[in-house]
Amino acid sequence: MLILEDVHTHYGKIEALHGVSVEVNKGEIVSLIGANGAGKTTLLMTVCGTPQASAGRVLLEGRDITHEATSNIMRSGIAIVPEGRRVFPGLTVEENLHMGGFFNTKAEIRKSQDHVYELFPRLKEREQQRAGTMSGGEQQMLAIGRALMSKPRMIILDEPSLGLAPIIIQQIFEIIGQLREEGITVFLVEQNAHQALSLADRGYVLETGRIRLHDTGTNLLANPEVREAYLGG
Amino acid sequence: MATPNFKHALFCAIVTIVIAYPILGLNLVAESTRVIVEGADTTTVISVFAAALVVFLFQLFRDRIMASLGGLPKLNPFADREHMPESKRARLESWVLTGIVVLALFWPFFVSRGSVDLATLVLIYIMLALGLNVVVGLAGLLDLGYVAFYAVGAYTFALLSQYAGVSFWMALPIGACLAALFGLVLGFPVLRLRGDYLAIVTLGFGEIIRILLNNWTALTGGPNGIGGIPDPTLFGMEFGRRVKEEGNTSFHDTFGIAYSSEHKVIFLYLIALILAVITALIIRRFMRMPVGRAWEALREDEIAARSLGLSRTAVKLSAFTIGAFFAGFAGTVFASKQGFISPESFVFLESAIILAIVVLGGMGSQLGVVLAAIAVTILPELAREFSDFRMLVFGAAMVLMMVWRPQGLMPMRRTHIQLRRQE
Repeated sequence: MLILEDVHTHYGKIEALHGVSVEVNKGEIVSLIGANGAGKTTLLMTVCGTPQASAGRVLLEGRDITHEATSNIMRSGIAIVPEGRRVFPGLTVEENLHMGGFFNTKAEIRKSQDHVYELFPRLKEREQQRAGTMSGGEQQMLAIGRALMSKPRMIILDEPSLGLAPIIIQQIFEIIGQLREEGITVFLVEQNAHQALSLADRGYVLETGRIRLHDTGTNLLANPEVREAYLGG
Repeated sequence: MATPNFKHALFCAIVTIVIAYPILGLNLVAESTRVIVEGADTTTVISVFAAALVVFLFQLFRDRIMASLGGLPKLNPFADREHMPESKRARLESWVLTGIVVLALFWPFFVSRGSVDLATLVLIYIMLALGLNVVVGLAGLLDLGYVAFYAVGAYTFALLSQYAGVSFWMALPIGACLAALFGLVLGFPVLRLRGDYLAIVTLGFGEIIRILLNNWTALTGGPNGIGGIPDPTLFGMEFGRRVKEEGNTSFHDTFGIAYSSEHKVIFLYLIALILAVITALIIRRFMRMPVGRAWEALREDEIAARSLGLSRTAVKLSAFTIGAFFAGFAGTVFASKQGFISPESFVFLESAIILAIVVLGGMGSQLGVVLAAIAVTILPELAREFSDFRMLVFGAAMVLMMVWRPQGLMPMRRTHIQLRRQE
């Protein structure tokens, strides 16, 4: 589904990713964990084309998207839930969702909207409320819902648990599990390593711009190195 | 509590004296070839000190005065009223707007020539402000050089009529499209800029256009401007006493009525009115179309908008182009109304006034912008009796307005897009 081959990414002269190779197969949940500044978000942004990789290749469903414009990439069956949610604060919940389905027909929008409300009944209750006035958890639900509106085959989540209460995090992860049931491929980037790895089929550990470890989720959870560094021993 | 207020008040009073005394209290008198400084009469000096005293007292008791002023907005009978439901409000708004337009259609036949002339200017400002509203209010791109597009529209008509004899109706779309093209061209270099940086670049662009017009004497006549811009015609009927162009007839002859110079003024007013209404309707349409929502999404959160596959380039350029298009529209009407244009009509202050209209009216709100355009254009005229102080009154009104209603006269109510559910 998504393949990164020896990707290098630069911010100006500084190299943030030193040759990263990641593969996400269809129908999988793949987690990427790493400390602050390891390059997790950079890796996701490289997939989206801002900034573009300076070397290596990014393939989406076999198509080379390394040098494609962000707007094109984001319209080819992939959706991202950006770090920090980034809902449109002045727009209502419904309008936010409609923005997510910007390039779809009205009938498609209506269908995906019903589906999103099914996943998140809370959003249905808040339909006409401005997104900026909602709680962090609700905004995260909205951000995920908005990403689902374009009917993606693959969804990328950047730190969905950031700044949320444990009970909300639980709910969010349950929903992510549900997305897999529906056949959506999930690429999950998290600092919350325990949650992310228990849910994932496979996991990658990113350290200072390099892939350090790569294994199944369960194996990584049991790995002493990972336990030491990310799970508090 | 009392001490800092006292110090502050004393400081303010001293500043008042330092500023006011040299300006008002000392006069330069020319005596043959020399200039000598003379002290002003006692009354002036006394009033300067009286003013300083007033400033001192106000600053000293500022907290108490402001507290009592704080009770003022409650005098507004509508303050506590519940907001109307969205649909009712929208319907009321469209009825009010229709009523205003109908009234405006018949209004010029009952008032003086001067008022109609002023009203035409108001309508030109409405067009400008509605256009800038797209760029600033909806797309959130702070444009300080908007007057450049206005100038492009006006000069397009002036030059085309001078060199090619093109009529108003031909020049109208050409001027608007050329202005739109300039908007597109300006859009490219500023795509990556936001906020303050964007404001500075657009400010520079506005100045470039003005200075170009000022210095390209061979083409534009430089500071002398271009005169003799023809009036619009009504299906080949001219509004002058005598027909200027071969093949045209004159309006008063065709209808067998006595010639009156008022006909032309009213005709121009009606053209401006119709164009302003068209502008409002088109932009209203845009606001409800996907592109309108894309503008707003980009304003709210650029990264999120891009993550949904919106192209930053397309969205920003469309806002710039459409905004510039209507400035070109307004410019053509302006050139025709004045009959003479020079770079002096397109200084930075114009951009600032148009921006002030948009901000005063409430970003993104059409009705608000219309009301603000009327207020901003007419207020200096009403304050004419204060002659020298009218700009002061104007400025004070703006400051008070921003203190009491920072969100503008009529803040934008977002139109909610409801999908019709098919059962």
